[in-house]
Amino acid sequence: MSKRPVRPSNAHDADRLTPAPPPGRFLDSPTFPKQSKVELGNAVQRRNLYDAMRTIRTKRVGVTSEADDWEDLRLAGEAIKNRTLRHLDRYLLQLEESLTAAGSTVHWARDAEEANAIIVGLVNAALATPQGDQASAREVVKVKSMATQEIDMNEALEEAGIAAWETDLAELIVQLGHDRPSHILVPAIHRNRSEVRQIFLDEMGRYGRPAPDDLDSEPVNLAAAARLHLREKFLRAKVAISGANFAVAETGTLVVVESEGNGRMCLTLADTLISVVGIEKVIPSVADLEVFLQLLPRSSTAERMNPYTSFWTGPTDGDGPQATHVVLIDNGRTKVLADPVGRDALRCIRCSACINICPVYEKVGGHAYGSVYPGPIGAVLTPQLRGVASAVDASVPYASTLCGACVDVCPVRIPLPDLLVHMRHKVVEAKAHGRPHADDVAMRVTGKVLGSPGVWAATTKAISGTGAVLKKGRVDHFGPLPWPLSLWTNARDVPAPPNESFRAWYARTHHKDGSPR
Amino acid sequence: MASTPAQRGAGPATTADVGARITVALFATCANDVMFPQAPMATTRLLERLGCRVVFPTKQTCCGQPLVNTGYYDQSVPIVRNFAETFGGYDYIVAPSGSCVGAIRHQHAMLADYAKDPGLRRDVDAVTSRTFDISEFLVDVLEVTDVGAYFPHVVTFHPTCHSLRVTHVGDKPNRLLAAVGGITVRELTDADRCCGFGGTFALKNPDISVAMASDKARHVADTGAEYLVAGDNLCLLNISGVLNRQKAGIKPIHLVEVLASTAADHE
Ligand code: SF4
Repeated sequence: MSKRPVRPSNAHDADRLTPAPPPGRFLDSPTFPKQSKVELGNAVQRRNLYDAMRTIRTKRVGVTSEADDWEDLRLAGEAIKNRTLRHLDRYLLQLEESLTAAGSTVHWARDAEEANAIIVGLVNAALATPQGDQASAREVVKVKSMATQEIDMNEALEEAGIAAWETDLAELIVQLGHDRPSHILVPAIHRNRSEVRQIFLDEMGRYGRPAPDDLDSEPVNLAAAARLHLREKFLRAKVAISGANFAVAETGTLVVVESEGNGRMCLTLADTLISVVGIEKVIPSVADLEVFLQLLPRSSTAERMNPYTSFWTGPTDGDGPQATHVVLIDNGRTKVLADPVGRDALRCIRCSACINICPVYEKVGGHAYGSVYPGPIGAVLTPQLRGVASAVDASVPYASTLCGACVDVCPVRIPLPDLLVHMRHKVVEAKAHGRPHADDVAMRVTGKVLGSPGVWAATTKAISGTGAVLKKGRVDHFGPLPWPLSLWTNARDVPAPPNESFRAWYARTHHKDGSPR
Repeated sequence: MASTPAQRGAGPATTADVGARITVALFATCANDVMFPQAPMATTRLLERLGCRVVFPTKQTCCGQPLVNTGYYDQSVPIVRNFAETFGGYDYIVAPSGSCVGAIRHQHAMLADYAKDPGLRRDVDAVTSRTFDISEFLVDVLEVTDVGAYFPHVVTFHPTCHSLRVTHVGDKPNRLLAAVGGITVRELTDADRCCGFGGTFALKNPDISVAMASDKARHVADTGAEYLVAGDNLCLLNISGVLNRQKAGIKPIHLVEVLASTAADHE
């Protein structure tokens, strides 16, 4: 049975404009090992992830292997991002200039708090503008965006008395389900259809047009219910909030890549459009999109091209939003940029290929990572953006077997396992100033033994000695053993060590010069 | 054209000529030395059969991977230094482990730089470029795929993650296996998916590790093989830990042990 109730009773709902997410801050999340034990028991999520991740992985291989120049595209994507990051200061100023020239207003935010204050201010100002004879509802519609989730913008708006409505179908399911996204591309992947039906039946009516009473769990009918529910919000909203996949420095053009067209509705129907963009999203020129608009859809949804790609360069008279604002956020990114190893993570275009191929993610889903960014990229990015001081942020770099499957699929060639190891080193360095830890003791002893040939040779003798005693007792395998060995043996047998080490055998059978005795 | 089973396993006309006069320094690896000596023993026997002289520098310990991958850089630098000193004088360093060879080639230079020791970096670069996994050494250096092995069993092969994606051994192990006399190799579903070992991962996140190992064990059992073959004993330890608990009746065996087997072993 799913551990996560379909409809949590939530006492705050009465005072709220939008469905309350689960309580608590990401920073206070349980550590990865702890939360993953809970997630492993979620049978719906296990099944959904096993099937969906396999399907998308297989599709990705198809659409990337058919492109003859795929490896060249990856090299180009890596090079363009590296060049941009090397001169980020210059490109950002150029972007500001172009955006301003195109009629957009640029705002700079150092962190989440500053960004949210700017956004709340902009929304308040836009809603205060008289719009015809009707007072506008205090609400905004949203294009699916990771940056706004990273800064927890919906909750900041809620506190300011403004309702933020998710319009991406899966984000809508998550929002109405009082839930958190578990994947950056398919955020409701942990839900199945009958759960979605129940969420729609229970919740839609409380926040807008209700779902039809006879709603079944056919995907097409669920989508139709969402369409009608959202249509009302699209047509009413005066303000839309988006992210951007790319921000072109040369022209001041923002780009949103999506599948459903709900983003396009937000981007075109509202009077005011506010776009929240991480500073690493800048690319130098329109020509660079030739590379990224091939890399992104093929790596992400495993399509040759996604259905909707929207470009806008400031407002156009009488057509679409008449006021366009761009909030450029740092929120830890310059700190990442300052780390010569860690900065590779800033190349990320949020395609989710590394998440889809990660065997660890496939088992536990996104909620175990204590961040809006799960999987390999989350495990290297979040602890860089937020630091490794919290228990959860110190645990996620270890949420990987370092199998390397992610490296081969990353469209911008981020060496994710190297960055994971780098972040583990950061965690160890941070721990060095705190209380000694069981890991520390074990690793320091291991270091002493393996760092000294004499101690190691003596250790091999001791292990073979144990093996000899066990052999006498006819023990060749161990079943369950006490802690800490139980960490291995709870579900896995382990063989007893042999009574002769290799080095002892070699010395017995060979002369020093390598000739057999 | 594919050779017949009878032709396979016959080996080159004069097997001992292949590696004539080549001295190989064997890096047994720490885990093999004490837990799985059969693999370095098989490496020794096989290389000697192919005409190499196999020496075992006794100062060797470990590649440092358990420490590096847990984030303990300072503690791993002495291990890197010891490796470079121990193996510095040899032309060919060979280990029966794709993972350890991967760690040496991919991480030792980074650690020498971390230690801000240009002398060590020079030594490391010299030694890492001469370090090979046994499958690479056979195919690339000795230029042999039919090593004259005979292993009349049904097997399936798990290409371990680091062999594939760090050391880049490619299909060399598969080619070596295919040339073994008497063998039947069954294809493994999701062969390139990780078995869930991941060094300290198996202890830090044991439940996820077991969930992954169980998938792998299930796919292995589905092949109907008698033996599970791989080029890394710790991955085998993980998968066979589950298989053994389930009394699945499938034995783990290192690739090099299969390659070292001859018809005489089966008489
Ligand atoms: S790290 Fe690479 S593979 Fe992962 S989401 Fe970012 S761009 Fe995609």
